[in-house]
Amino acid sequence: MDLFEYQGKQYFARYDIPVSAGDVATTVDEAVAAAEAAEYPVVVKAQVQVGGRGKAGGIKLANDADEVREHAGNILGMDIKGHVVERLWVEHASDIDEEYYASFTLDRAAKLHLLMLSAKGGVDIEEVAETDPDAIVKLHIDPVDGLSTDAARQAAVDATIPERALDGVAEILVQLYRCFTEGDCDLAEINPLILKPTGEVHALDAKVSLDNSAAFRHPEWEEYSATEVLDERERLAKERHLQYIGLEGSVGIIANGAGLAMSTLDVVNQAGGDAANFLDIGGGANADVMAAALEVINTDEAVRSIFINIFGGITRGEEVAKGIVEAVGRVQLRAPMVIRLDGTNAEEGRRILLDAAIPDEQLTTRTTMLEAAKAAVAIANGREAT
Amino acid sequence: MAIFVDENTLVLVQGLTGGQGRFHGLRNRDYGTQVVAGVTPGKGGQDVEGIPIFDSVAEAVASTGATASFVAVPPKAAPAAILEAAAAGVGFIVCITEGIPAQDEAKVFNMLQRDFPDSRLLGPNCPGVISPGKCNIGITAGEIAQLPTADGPNVGIVSRSGTLTYQALYELKQAGIGVSTCVGVGGDPVPGTSFVDCLAEFEADPETHAVMMIGEIGGSAEEEAADFIRSSVSKPMSAYVAGVTAPAGKKMGHAGAIVSGGKGTAQGKIDALRAAGVKVGLNPTEAGQLMAEIVAAG
Repeated sequence: MDLFEYQGKQYFARYDIPVSAGDVATTVDEAVAAAEAAEYPVVVKAQVQVGGRGKAGGIKLANDADEVREHAGNILGMDIKGHVVERLWVEHASDIDEEYYASFTLDRAAKLHLLMLSAKGGVDIEEVAETDPDAIVKLHIDPVDGLSTDAARQAAVDATIPERALDGVAEILVQLYRCFTEGDCDLAEINPLILKPTGEVHALDAKVSLDNSAAFRHPEWEEYSATEVLDERERLAKERHLQYIGLEGSVGIIANGAGLAMSTLDVVNQAGGDAANFLDIGGGANADVMAAALEVINTDEAVRSIFINIFGGITRGEEVAKGIVEAVGRVQLRAPMVIRLDGTNAEEGRRILLDAAIPDEQLTTRTTMLEAAKAAVAIANGREAT
Repeated sequence: MAIFVDENTLVLVQGLTGGQGRFHGLRNRDYGTQVVAGVTPGKGGQDVEGIPIFDSVAEAVASTGATASFVAVPPKAAPAAILEAAAAGVGFIVCITEGIPAQDEAKVFNMLQRDFPDSRLLGPNCPGVISPGKCNIGITAGEIAQLPTADGPNVGIVSRSGTLTYQALYELKQAGIGVSTCVGVGGDPVPGTSFVDCLAEFEADPETHAVMMIGEIGGSAEEEAADFIRSSVSKPMSAYVAGVTAPAGKKMGHAGAIVSGGKGTAQGKIDALRAAGVKVGLNPTEAGQLMAEIVAAG
C-alpha cells in the first residue's frame, strides 16, 4: 500500500524523523487554518500518488492567507496525470542550503536491506542512477545486525555529504531504517532530505510503501487503507477479500491461483484480446467465493465476456463445477462465460456444467487455456465463439 | 534418486493439529510420505490419526528421527516455527504459509544462513515438494504427478507458482513424461530456496534428464538462473514466465510478483533464459510441448 506524502510524513514522525510543521486540508478554509498554524511562508502541496506535481502546478509557495486561498482553490480538484487532487498538505516553507536523497528497500537478489544515499537529491533518482551512478552510495545491511550510527555516518561520508551535515544525516538514516524495519515498509524514501542554513537536517518529502502482509501488527494502518486509491471494482473486491486488480480490457478473468491468473492474462493477450482484470480466487473455488468474484466482474461495464480458468488440484473438478453452477444461479451475469476446467476430475466437472441447463449463449466450455482464451476474446469482440 | 526428499525422508508437521496442517499432513501420509510426528506446543502426548504430537520440534526429532519439517502455521507464528526446526537440527524445512511480512522473511533467511547453514528452507508461500511415488510434502495433489521411470527420461520441475506447478505436472502427465522431483520455491520476495539452488540439485541428480522451470514477474531470480544455466547446467530445459501483460507497480497476487522501476519484467526474464539456451514457451502448455519435444529428441 502506497501512502500519500502527508501520511508518509505522519508515519515518519512516529519514528522521530523531523518533518516540517503542517497539516492536511480538503477545503480552502482548512488550508488557511493549516497555514496559520504552521506560520507563513507556507507551501501548499497537492496530495496525489504520482510524480511531477511541481511541474503540473500542484506545489505553490504562499506568503499570506490570500495567497493560500488562491493556490488552494486552484490546486483542489486539479487533474494531475489522471489523479484528481482531493487533499492538500500545507506546511511551513523551509530554507534550504542543500538537498540529498536517502532510501531503504529490500534488495531481493542479495536478500539484504539496501540503503541508497546521494548528495544529489531533489531530482529524479532514477535519472541520477543513469547519468551519474557514482553519485549514489549503496550500502547493504544484514537484517539481523541492523544499521549502526557509525555505519550510517560512514555512508554519508562516502556520499560526500559535507561535514556539518554528517551527524544530522546519520541520525536520520538510523531513524529512517527503524521506520523501514519496525514500520514494515517495502520502501521508505526521503527526496529531498534537506540541510537548512541552521545546520538541521530534515525530511522535506516522504515516499512510503507499506507491506500489506504486516497489517496484522499495525492497527494504525487502518486510516491509510480508508484513503487508498481504488476504483469501484477494486473497492468491492476488497470488501469481498478477493485478490483483484482492475485493468482496461473487455475480457473479465477469474482464475484459481496467482500464477494461473497472471498466465490467463497472458493467453488472452496472445489470443488478441485484453483482460479487464486480474482476479485470483485462491485454491478453494467454492460457490460463495465464485459468486463474489462474479459480482465484482459484473460491476465492470467494459466486460464483454468472462473467462473462468480453473485448474483442479486438491479441490476436485466436480466441486468447482458445483460452485460455478450455484454461483451462476445467484448472480445475473452481464456477459457470457467461457469456462476452462482442467486437472483432477475435470471431466466430471465439465459434465456437471453441461447438465446444469445453463443456456448455450451464457456458457461455453473448453479444455485448454488457449482455446478458452480464443473463445472468450471472440465473444468480447462480438463474434461467435469458434 | 530425486532431489531434497525421497522414500527415506521422515517428516514432522508443525501445526498438525490445526486445520491446514491436519488436512495436508494427512493427505501427504495417504500419498505414502512417512509422516512420523506432529508438533503443537501444549498438545504433546496427543495424536492425530495415530501420528504422535510433541510439544517441541526437538522432542519430536529425538523421539522419531524426523529429517524434514512441514511448517503449516499462521504468518505470525511461522518465523519462530522455522527457526525452531532449524535449531533442532532439521535439515529440510518446507513452509507453505502465505502472508509472512517481508521484514520477518529477510531476517529468517539471514539467521538461517548464519546460524544454521545445514538447514534448507523451502518457501514460504510455496506449494511444497513432491518426488512422485516417494514423498510429498505440502499441498500438491499427488495424483497429478507422473511417476518417474527407471530408465527415464524423467523431468525435474521448479516453479514460483502453485497452480502453474500443477499445470506443469499435468502437462507432463498428459505427455506421459515421468517427473523426478517437482519443487515449488514460492511467490514471496525472499524465498529460502532459489531457482539456482534447485537447478544445481537437478544437474547433480542422475535420475533427472531435463528441467522445466516456471517463473514469473518480479525480482531477478530468473536472470540469476539464466546466468547459472549458462555456466553450470548441461541438461536441456524448457521454461515459461508468467506476467507478460502484467501492469507495472502492482503486486499480482504473490507478494513477490511486481514490476517496479522497469525491473523484473517477464520479457527481460524470457530474453535472459533464451540467451542461456532455454526453450521458452509463451504459455504453460507451450512450455510442456517444448519439454515433450526435448524428451522425444532424447
